[in-house]
Amino acid sequence: MSEFRMPSLGADMAAGTLVEWMKRPGDRVERGEVIAAVETQKGAIEIECFESGTLDRLLVEVGQRVPVGTPLAIIRGEGEAETAPAVMEAAQPVAPAEAEPAKIVMPPPPPPPPALAPAPRPAATAGGVRFSPVALRRAQQLGLDLARIAPGPDGIVGLREVDAASAATTAPVAAEAPPRAAGAGIDLDEMRKAIAAAMVRSWREIPHYTVASTLDLEPLLGWLEAHNATRPVPERLHYAAPLIKAVALALKAVPALNGHYGEGGFAPSASVHLGIAIAMRGGGLIAPAILDADTLDLPTLMARLEDLVARVRGGRLRSREMSAATATLTNLGERTADSVQPVIYPPQVAIVGCGQVVERAVASGHAIGARRGMTVTVAGDHRVSDGRAAAKFLVRLEALLHAPERL
Amino acid sequence: MNDDLEATVRAALYAIAPDIEGDPLDPDARYRDQFEFDSMDLLRYVADIHRRTGIDIPERDYPRLESLAGAVAYLRARRGGE
Repeated sequence: MSEFRMPSLGADMAAGTLVEWMKRPGDRVERGEVIAAVETQKGAIEIECFESGTLDRLLVEVGQRVPVGTPLAIIRGEGEAETAPAVMEAAQPVAPAEAEPAKIVMPPPPPPPPALAPAPRPAATAGGVRFSPVALRRAQQLGLDLARIAPGPDGIVGLREVDAASAATTAPVAAEAPPRAAGAGIDLDEMRKAIAAAMVRSWREIPHYTVASTLDLEPLLGWLEAHNATRPVPERLHYAAPLIKAVALALKAVPALNGHYGEGGFAPSASVHLGIAIAMRGGGLIAPAILDADTLDLPTLMARLEDLVARVRGGRLRSREMSAATATLTNLGERTADSVQPVIYPPQVAIVGCGQVVERAVASGHAIGARRGMTVTVAGDHRVSDGRAAAKFLVRLEALLHAPERL
Repeated sequence: MNDDLEATVRAALYAIAPDIEGDPLDPDARYRDQFEFDSMDLLRYVADIHRRTGIDIPERDYPRLESLAGAVAYLRARRGGE
């Protein structure tokens, strides 16, 4: 028997509201499988299970605010017996009193940080069917006929039922039901408050230094154009994919820039989980991680990136993506600015900022040519590293970008 | 036939930028002059058009698809030539 506890969702979030259980007592759960959805300032985050087994009982009801660390459920390992008392009913949305044998095992909540998510909403009824709030929003976003979505065994329509209905009605040409965007699913004011809290903390706690270079991107962009010219649209790469790979490999070579700083000081990470800053129309900003970015080939990286962008728009990120980043990349993109001095996202110890690609007159030997370049700025935590480490990273990054066929 | 192409282009656009569906869309102006639309959005939108129409679009032609009217005209010309 083990307790499944609410995982961390990032440095700036101390609690979330449980809005849905995707599994019910008696269901088999696998490590990495999504078992619940939690509403936070950054939208609905899917919580993944840490271990395989059978879900024995749920400890927290839908609608409950849960601080990080709260036991959410009991998972029974292989071969263990069921607990003797009757298992708790699958959690119902917060709505007047069905007599629930609800056993809530929660430590007293810590003093709330500023700007928490708003109070939980009651379950909505639409078309005579009861929906969990996050499922109702998703169904509306997807434009589904609310009255025709079959509820789950407990009579409630949750995310699982909405996704099943959506998959059944998707036109054959679409790869998946198009996720709808931030506007409906994420409160941008709340997100902005969460960002503010993280940035204030960063500025207060982390002594930043910055180092920058303008890197020659001509070899990469030339290689990319040739690569894409001979491939059909679905196999083409955006320059962000090789850029992410090169940044991840360069971070691997400079461990002082990759890891977490906590109570015990700096803990370098053996893995490079690169947070990718993704801006949302309307002003939101979120930086979920691509796990083990240094090990992925470019087509896989491109697919992961596209998937991440799509899910950011649809408000459907996973807990591990929100807390696992060991460093972050923020790429301004085109028609923006030449450089950025980024702010480290705690508990990380570095962040890499890329400005727009600019064609410049560049001297080489005695000749001047037009070459496309990008100014890359590294901000580091001066408790852990100094300018030389960041400079080493930049030198390494440029070398990697000059051999794109090897990425 | 233009209606069908316009519907296709709109569907691709809203598939990758669902938050702008329902907002007014000037067919002759570039998307990026009306709302935030970057090179990643463009690539995903072109990929979606490709999925729906089967027409392979070379990178050098992408700028011609950056408005609704431009995309419809381009696709009509490509279809006419096939």
